[in-house]
Amino acid sequence: MLLRHTPTEVSERRSLTINPAKTCQPIGAMYAALGIRDCLPHSHGSQGCCSYHRSTLTRHYKEPVMASTSSFTEGASVFGGQSNLLQSLETIFSVYKPRVVAVHTTCLSETIGDDIPQIIAKAKEEGKIPDGAFVIHANTPSYVGSHVTGFSTMVKSMVDYFAEPKAPTRAVVADAGAPRLNIIPGWVEPADMREIKRIATAMGIQALVFPDTSGITDAPFSGRAEMFPAGGVSVEALATMGDARATVALGPTASAAAASALELKCDVPHETMELPIGLSATDRFVDALRRRGGVQVPAALEEERGQLLDVMSDMHQYLYQKRVALFGDPDQLVALTEFLMDLDMDPVYIVTGTPTKKFEDRIRHALKDRADRAKFKQGATADMFLLHQWIKNESVDLLIGNTYGKYIARDEDVPFLRLGFPVLDRIGHVYFPTVGYRGALRLLEKMLDLFLDRQDRDAPEESFELVM
Amino acid sequence: MTTKRTESEAQGDIKDALLRAYPPKVARKRAQQMQYHEPTDDLPAKPIKANTRTVPGIITQRGCTYAGCKGVVLGPTRDIVNITHGPIGCGFYSWLTRRNQTRPPTPEDANFMNYCFSTDMQEENIIFGGEKKLKEAIQEAYDLFKPKAIGVFSTCPVGLIGDDVHAVSREMEAKLGITIFGFSCEGYRGVSQSAGHHIANNQLFKHVVGLDDTPQTHPFAINLLGEYNIGGDAFVIEDLLQRCGIHLVATFSGNSSFDFFANSHTADLNAVMCHRSINYMADMMEKKFGIPWIKINFIGAEATAKSLRKIAQFFDSDLLEQQVEKVIAEEMPAVLEAQKRARRRLEGKTAMLFVGGSRAHHYQTLFKEMGMKIAAAGYEFAHRDDYEGRRVLDSIQVDADSRNIEELEVHPDPQRFKPRMADETKARLEREGLKFSEYEGMMPDMDPGALVIDDISHHEMERLIDRYRPDIFCAGIKEKYGIQKMGIPCKQLHSYDYGGPYAGFAGAIEFYEEIDRLVNCRFLKKLRAPWHEVGLASSGLAAEHQVGRVETEKGGSDSSDVDYAA
Ligand code: SF4
Ligand code: SF4
Repeated sequence: MLLRHTPTEVSERRSLTINPAKTCQPIGAMYAALGIRDCLPHSHGSQGCCSYHRSTLTRHYKEPVMASTSSFTEGASVFGGQSNLLQSLETIFSVYKPRVVAVHTTCLSETIGDDIPQIIAKAKEEGKIPDGAFVIHANTPSYVGSHVTGFSTMVKSMVDYFAEPKAPTRAVVADAGAPRLNIIPGWVEPADMREIKRIATAMGIQALVFPDTSGITDAPFSGRAEMFPAGGVSVEALATMGDARATVALGPTASAAAASALELKCDVPHETMELPIGLSATDRFVDALRRRGGVQVPAALEEERGQLLDVMSDMHQYLYQKRVALFGDPDQLVALTEFLMDLDMDPVYIVTGTPTKKFEDRIRHALKDRADRAKFKQGATADMFLLHQWIKNESVDLLIGNTYGKYIARDEDVPFLRLGFPVLDRIGHVYFPTVGYRGALRLLEKMLDLFLDRQDRDAPEESFELVM
Repeated sequence: MTTKRTESEAQGDIKDALLRAYPPKVARKRAQQMQYHEPTDDLPAKPIKANTRTVPGIITQRGCTYAGCKGVVLGPTRDIVNITHGPIGCGFYSWLTRRNQTRPPTPEDANFMNYCFSTDMQEENIIFGGEKKLKEAIQEAYDLFKPKAIGVFSTCPVGLIGDDVHAVSREMEAKLGITIFGFSCEGYRGVSQSAGHHIANNQLFKHVVGLDDTPQTHPFAINLLGEYNIGGDAFVIEDLLQRCGIHLVATFSGNSSFDFFANSHTADLNAVMCHRSINYMADMMEKKFGIPWIKINFIGAEATAKSLRKIAQFFDSDLLEQQVEKVIAEEMPAVLEAQKRARRRLEGKTAMLFVGGSRAHHYQTLFKEMGMKIAAAGYEFAHRDDYEGRRVLDSIQVDADSRNIEELEVHPDPQRFKPRMADETKARLEREGLKFSEYEGMMPDMDPGALVIDDISHHEMERLIDRYRPDIFCAGIKEKYGIQKMGIPCKQLHSYDYGGPYAGFAGAIEFYEEIDRLVNCRFLKKLRAPWHEVGLASSGLAAEHQVGRVETEKGGSDSSDVDYAA
């Protein structure tokens, strides 16, 4: 057994987190920053955090992930990291020549109390930031929140630093060809960002999607070294976010902060909704685009929706009342739960290490009448160890979560769908979306493959089915 | 690579290309960490600078002290519950990512390596201190798992807020009656993982080695130091040793268990594999218990044979020598056969290795066995002695960062110190060529003129590859995909790209085949679509590369030469 020490009996734990269902803020900030064109994320702390974050993102994407570090040693931890950050900026702009440096803090620099805006101002004063280049920052101590909140904070920084007040004439001109909307996609994969853009374009909307890691963490083979692959959202584009008719923010945990900051700053109304994973959430997303953009839903999208529904009805029998355990991040979990409910499946256990205020309400809402039967928990000891214990008490038909779930799946012989962050042992997540009707179809196919393969594996010879 | 130009031309050229983009101060510092190997019997006139701080802002391969301590040295031991005391990230990222394999003897034996334990500190713990939470976490771990030992690893904020992990460990050890020990391995303590190795050595030595005095009865009992069983290397070595009749008391720390460490002081020889990460342990065990150490290397077939012979020579036994020769004779024919195959396809090709603290040296052996050339190499976190040999130890200036790490004062144990051989025997063995307490470093094994770079940066790596287009580049996960985007295959020498084992004779064969696969893979010749080939004479990688990009002489990465003022 891989997890041979996990007892069935659940005991109360208050201080020991075992097999966490979350990680720390800076990695989210780093990922978000990769979604800006020509941007170098910078980790203000000791080397280790940056190395770990880059390694994890690299394993997840199998792509180079560039980021620099302030390389604190003992001195910096005693006297503060100002000189390290100043030196960093000088080195970065002379060697790597990014357009934007996106600084995030770590536990160390936060505990020391480094004042990043002040240091950035000093760097400017000292001429360490070339004209036309930008240094932005996000505070991401990991003893608060999780990787998701780190992502959210960096996205909000993009608003704080780049959004310019609405320029009425520019806005009207820009909007003339096609209605302009901002879409904050949440912590999703580059494939999802591409899909969101495709849907918007199909509806005749000019969407400013930010952050946008497509082209960066799914960059093609080029035969050459590229510090900054040709992807991401440009500073110029970010500057115009205030011109949009509205902001559609996907995933409250990851995207709401930026959307409300923009509303406050530039008076762009926003609508925050669950990630468009599955039928209902995609319906709401498409409808929001329709309403906010004043456009029609094109036949092509109706067709995709119809195909999804078609498969749902064709294969309903294999999904009906299947018990599912899920772990991961709030936005994904809520949307997935709703999709599973749409499929008449049965989400029974749900854990996330990320603490958020509304998670419970959101999950209850998604679970509808099943809310009282399901077990769900969030926060520090809402970890995979607990989830495993629940599964040991009463097993499930499917486990959904990041790669670490494979240890539970193998021990308990449960079909396992990889979804979330990080996925370290498969590649599909980078290239194939899970959002939109197409994404839902892909999820559906994956689940069906798992259930049907399992049935094929376990069926007695006499009831081994040819047609299913 | 340097053969085609005069040496000085080539030297000025490359170094300049690597350094050009840096601010002047940074360039001067980096220049001291690069040099062309010039063999010398004297102390090197221009010593290489190593184990020094990375310039802030440089994209480095390096990690932190915690990674070296918890991740590298303590991580591979299966029956210690390793609790990371800190916010969640550090524990999360060091969870299962190093491929240390382990094989508990029975399904009932302890194996905590698939678990991640953390105190997951929250804001109130940072403000009011985390000792209470740590105590409670230790208690909860004990109640759940009843382990033999619990290790507590401090991450950056812990040192700053002043949590005393050692006091908490002592208190809980007294309460629970098992070994509980703390590690002050906050990430900022050193300039790289290296500081963490040292801290781990110290604590293992202080708290575990020597706990079990059960006498050793085997005539040929050794410890293997600095082998972490990535991809199963230690399994291969264990098997070889066993076939030779050599008894392995403990491995620090691949496939290891607490009990092995506890009894390790009864071995008669310490065989040191990765000098960088574990030489402290070898020294301390020699001082306290009288166990001599020799450097060995089980990477490469020749090196493996040589290492086995060294061990036999140490024990000065005909029986052991015969057994070792028998095993070597059994293994070598297949190796030579594979070598011949590999040479046909790889002879004369070039490799570069930039990784770790010993592998950039050890793996040169394997490449040479295939007739490949090492154009450049360097370590990520090694010290000067790993480049130039321990003969330079006395000339290394100890800087503030190194002084930070405790040097344990070790004295002979009044009861248990036992010289393992008579002085005359030792002198004779030395005359016969066996070197005790010696590591000669990477550079003596390299060709004159080969480029050595310490703590290579991402930028330097790109420039180097651009200029020399080596046939293969060895590095780690953070470098891998950037290198491959340039059309150069990259072999990861930390994780082995999830392959291996590469140790011993069978491992060598495996590695030859792997390098052949990478260097001669077909799709690398199909990087360009047919419609781009029209009118272009293109064959082989180099030519395609020329077509694929414009060589710029400016610093910085080609795609990022932003004109800020524009
Ligand atoms: S938890 Fe804090 S200290 Fe640990 S890796 Fe994350 S940022 Fe660094
Ligand atoms: S916080 Fe410190 S100990 Fe943790 S990963 Fe970062 S540098 Fe290492």
